[in-house]
Amino acid sequence: MAFSRGMSGLNDPRVRGILYQALLVLTVAIVSWGAAHNAYLNMRARGIPLGFGFWDQVAGFEINLHLIDYSGLSTYGRAFWVGLLNTLLVAVISIPLATVFGFAVGIARLSPNWLLSRFAFLYTIVFRNTPLLLQLLFWYNAVLKALPGPRQSLTAAGVIFVNNRGVFLPAPLARPSAISVACAMGLAAVAFAATSLWARRRQERTGAQTPVYWLGAAIFVGLPALAIVTAGAPFSLEFAKLSGFNLKGGLQIIPEMAALVFGLVVFTAAFIAEIVRAGVQAVHHGQVEAASALGLRPGLTTRLIVIPQAMRLIVPPLTSQYLNIVKNSSLAVFVGYPDLVQIFAGTVLNQTQAAVQVMAITMAVYLAISLAVAAALNVFNATHALQGRPA
Amino acid sequence: MTQALAFVRTEPEPLDPPPTLSSSALAWARANLFQSIGSSVTTLAFVALVLWLLPPLLSWATTAAVWNATDGEACRRHQDGACWAFIYAKFDYLRFGSYPISERWRVDLAEAVGAILVIWLLWPEAPRRALAALLFFAIYPILALVLLHGSHWLGLTFVDTLLWGGMLITLLTAAVSIVFSLPLGVLLALGRRSQMPAVRLASILFIEFVRGVPFITILFMANAMLPLFLPEAWAPDRLLRPLFGMVFFSAAYMAEEVRGGLQSLRRGQYEGAMALGLDYPLMMGLVILPQALTLVIPGIVNNFVGLFMDTTLVSIVGLADFLEAMNNAMKDPAWSGPTIMPTGYVFAGMFYFVFCYGMTRYSALVERKLAKGRKR
Repeated sequence: MAFSRGMSGLNDPRVRGILYQALLVLTVAIVSWGAAHNAYLNMRARGIPLGFGFWDQVAGFEINLHLIDYSGLSTYGRAFWVGLLNTLLVAVISIPLATVFGFAVGIARLSPNWLLSRFAFLYTIVFRNTPLLLQLLFWYNAVLKALPGPRQSLTAAGVIFVNNRGVFLPAPLARPSAISVACAMGLAAVAFAATSLWARRRQERTGAQTPVYWLGAAIFVGLPALAIVTAGAPFSLEFAKLSGFNLKGGLQIIPEMAALVFGLVVFTAAFIAEIVRAGVQAVHHGQVEAASALGLRPGLTTRLIVIPQAMRLIVPPLTSQYLNIVKNSSLAVFVGYPDLVQIFAGTVLNQTQAAVQVMAITMAVYLAISLAVAAALNVFNATHALQGRPA
Repeated sequence: MTQALAFVRTEPEPLDPPPTLSSSALAWARANLFQSIGSSVTTLAFVALVLWLLPPLLSWATTAAVWNATDGEACRRHQDGACWAFIYAKFDYLRFGSYPISERWRVDLAEAVGAILVIWLLWPEAPRRALAALLFFAIYPILALVLLHGSHWLGLTFVDTLLWGGMLITLLTAAVSIVFSLPLGVLLALGRRSQMPAVRLASILFIEFVRGVPFITILFMANAMLPLFLPEAWAPDRLLRPLFGMVFFSAAYMAEEVRGGLQSLRRGQYEGAMALGLDYPLMMGLVILPQALTLVIPGIVNNFVGLFMDTTLVSIVGLADFLEAMNNAMKDPAWSGPTIMPTGYVFAGMFYFVFCYGMTRYSALVERKLAKGRKR
């Protein structure tokens, strides 16, 4: 470069850049080496295990919620998987609920009904401006713990029971006919796909519209109904029943999980509602006017014009809310729900003292989830970005 | 054919009838509450809900509540109302934790000075806000440390951090994290947009690592691993460890806000500064950062709201912040009773809400001001 001719040594920005970077790399290397060295010395002095040998040792503690076989005789490694599955369980339950509820509140916020929109607004400001931990403790300590005991359970028509031992739902027990009903559902999906393809072709060819959604509803209700009529109900419900001092049977959701899921859903829905509102409002009014000028009815305008454009703005912050649910589920430790942090970074860390290894594994799990979701979001952005707009 | 097209109006179109309701409250109600059958049903349902819920809630909080009591006896007798006497009795503990009573004026003084500086800094019309920033970010931390911790030189007795608690811890952790995380976040944001690959990589790794893991794990790490990584003699204080974690955590989020501001500036600003012959520090300090930081004030404040709420998590490493102090106060057997928990949590909720909603409103105000200034 002619520009750098006549400059030498430290006056050359490129030389300086390399110098700065060398300095940075050197500092990072020295600090990391020092930290590792100190950690090694400190751990040896305190008798803390250095490797991952604890993974196969017997854990010796019980966990009150495990999706895979686990007992006090299982290993620490097994406890890790139990915790990870419990974290994912909370996320998998909370994310759809928070999405549905958040969208409902966000749309209510945009409602022309003043009272409804004020209520939605009140909801978002209250739950966005108080700490999640406070909300969780409130639901767990002040609401769930204060509920009556099993004998005086609150109940909805004898189907759902709520008491201080948790929430009891009817448990579905599969029957042999479940297979044929599932087959009917699969068949319905195929039939629906074929119908909508045919309807689209027909509209492109002749311009005539087919009531696809009514047809779809008929297919999705009709085929399984036929299967149920011929083969019998796919599953029977087992209701919770009071026996002795507790409810037996049914699907019990432990109070810790009920409080955690409820708290996460209520908290995150407030944020999702704001995202939805902002996304819909960001769609330019001219788009709606152009749609009605083309003769689209309001319902079609919403479905074909507003929602696709709003989704482009909604999805990125929405995924970061999903990640927040996964990360915030670590607050389980405060209400005693056995998630990854409570079991692994809590109990296992305390028992084995292997702080460095345990924290490294725990953080790696959350990082992996975050990176996977970020990668998925990048794919979405790449496929849904506005075409032909200068960057 | 021409006949079919000919249409000439011979008499005027009849007038529309005047609107039955034009500019009264009833017209507003019709337009906003009863547009359709569905809307009317919704309105009536919400009115019924309010009539059903509001009176008992109000009487719980006011008329049925116990306002004066020396212990939990009166609250146990009146179970249909809040027990505000409990908050009154525990208020000093909720404010200061176990800070020695004779030294509490120091906390008051530190908080008052902090409040004045924050208001000066955030008031849009205040004069010399740069001076306020200098005082708040450079002088105030030292002053607060000396006041709260003590100094032989000034004759202030030392107060062990073990005794600090309550709102003091909440406000302190929030203040420390904003004071240190904002400059660190600016550095990280500049690093992430740097031309130097090593600097950029280091910044990206730090930011994405911190943002990818839950805050609790950072606190655990600061608490359990920091003492391992440092030589025995440097082992940081019990209060200092979570503060380190908190500063690193919020710096990563601040960095992303600041990066947004840096990205929204036009290239011309950089080119103009370079054309004037400014070097990198001068270009950033005089041209780029003042504009970028002003743009992202709302984002920084919103971030700070999240940070303020996250201070509640420090109780996991044994600090008695406001919420933890409330939890401790509720365990007092003299005040045990079924109304204590709802009262305590509602009061704590109001405390956090006042701060967070206030900051949210402020950031919305600044955002509107900025939008006005930039619209041409």
